[in-house]
Amino acid sequence: MKYKDYYGVMGVDRKASAEEIKNAYRKLARKYHPDVSKEKDAEEKFKELGEAYETLKDPEKRAAYDQLGSHRPGQEFQPPPGWERQFGGGSFSFDDLDLGDLFAGITGGMHRAGRRGGKVPIPGEDYEVTAHITLEDAYRGTEVDLELTVPEYDESGFAHRVRRAFKARIPKGATDGQRLRLAGKGGKGLNGGRDGDLYLNIALHPHRLFRASGHDLYLDLPLAPWEAVLGTSVQVPTPGGAVRLKIPPGTHAGRHLRIAGRGLPKPHGGEGDLFAIVQVAVPTVTSERERALFKELAEASTFNPRGHFEQEAAK
Amino acid sequence: MKIEQAMWLHERHELALEELCELSGLSETELRELVDYGVLAPVDSDARHWSFRADRLVLARSARRLRRDFDLDPHGVALVVTLLERLRDLEDELRDLRARLPGGGAG
Repeated sequence: MKYKDYYGVMGVDRKASAEEIKNAYRKLARKYHPDVSKEKDAEEKFKELGEAYETLKDPEKRAAYDQLGSHRPGQEFQPPPGWERQFGGGSFSFDDLDLGDLFAGITGGMHRAGRRGGKVPIPGEDYEVTAHITLEDAYRGTEVDLELTVPEYDESGFAHRVRRAFKARIPKGATDGQRLRLAGKGGKGLNGGRDGDLYLNIALHPHRLFRASGHDLYLDLPLAPWEAVLGTSVQVPTPGGAVRLKIPPGTHAGRHLRIAGRGLPKPHGGEGDLFAIVQVAVPTVTSERERALFKELAEASTFNPRGHFEQEAAK
Repeated sequence: MKIEQAMWLHERHELALEELCELSGLSETELRELVDYGVLAPVDSDARHWSFRADRLVLARSARRLRRDFDLDPHGVALVVTLLERLRDLEDELRDLRARLPGGGAG
């Protein structure tokens, strides 16, 4: 069995009082609770914290834990002789047990005596994972490979961590932040309790061209100054293939040109829209001829883009 | 390998009160409290059998976890969940604004 340093996880001294342990839990829970935290690995850290607190807040479990001695985290160790008789209520093999599962099983001095060994149905644990998919995957629908480490229980009621791998189909219609539920793919229920569920949180990888907001997509559309002035027709990429877009004369930078139904498909039919955001790209003028033409335009034009500044100053 | 089918937690799907309790781990009393405090609303509050939009399950599960992990009373849960909802709405708005900015707001 691998050692876990519960005092280290909670950042408290081995001699900490029950009050100090409770306060440390509250402080760290606010920092790492998956519902309120933005920390990386919050879910993982909160699980570790919960496991440490479950053991240290219970005087009996804490005494049992203290008697295991102090080891390096992750170090293989054996409990002192007689430990399992005193605390575990029986003899069993420690080899591939998880320390947290062992302590979760010690209830009232009898392993599995109450909760898991009894006849009360216990639902399996739910899990949440983030599935990172590309925009193209969201557009077409995709399959993702998932791997979970879930507890399974042996005949004596002890949990063993097993890895489960499976494929899940994400139907088309997904977008950033959307949730899916895979029924019964979480932890196994006990004594007839229902199996837990797996919740998928969809996260889209950033795309080189498109930005998603819900099922609408945004795309920067650079135009040459003369294209913006004179109008033109340009080829615009969309997830479903390129389309031609008419640019009306006098199109200015920042304008949103809507291409209906060319965004991401929605789960229940219909599609979002694609918005092309016009940018006027300024060419790096290199040739004499180009420079001369711009000069000529500057002299011929009466266009004053800052007229409103002058009006403001004259007030 | 068998391919598992995923179900959308989407406003178009509905969950009965009992289903929402089972899936979120909240008791019926706890769920009715959340409705009383205005955190959750059934699709039709006059209906004899309440049902909820499936995306409300995310919120109900948050409420269950917050109550369990922080020892909160129902008022405390209602307050935190309401603030979390506001935070999520603001994040959605931020995502939308970023998408509309040329260059995605990346400068």
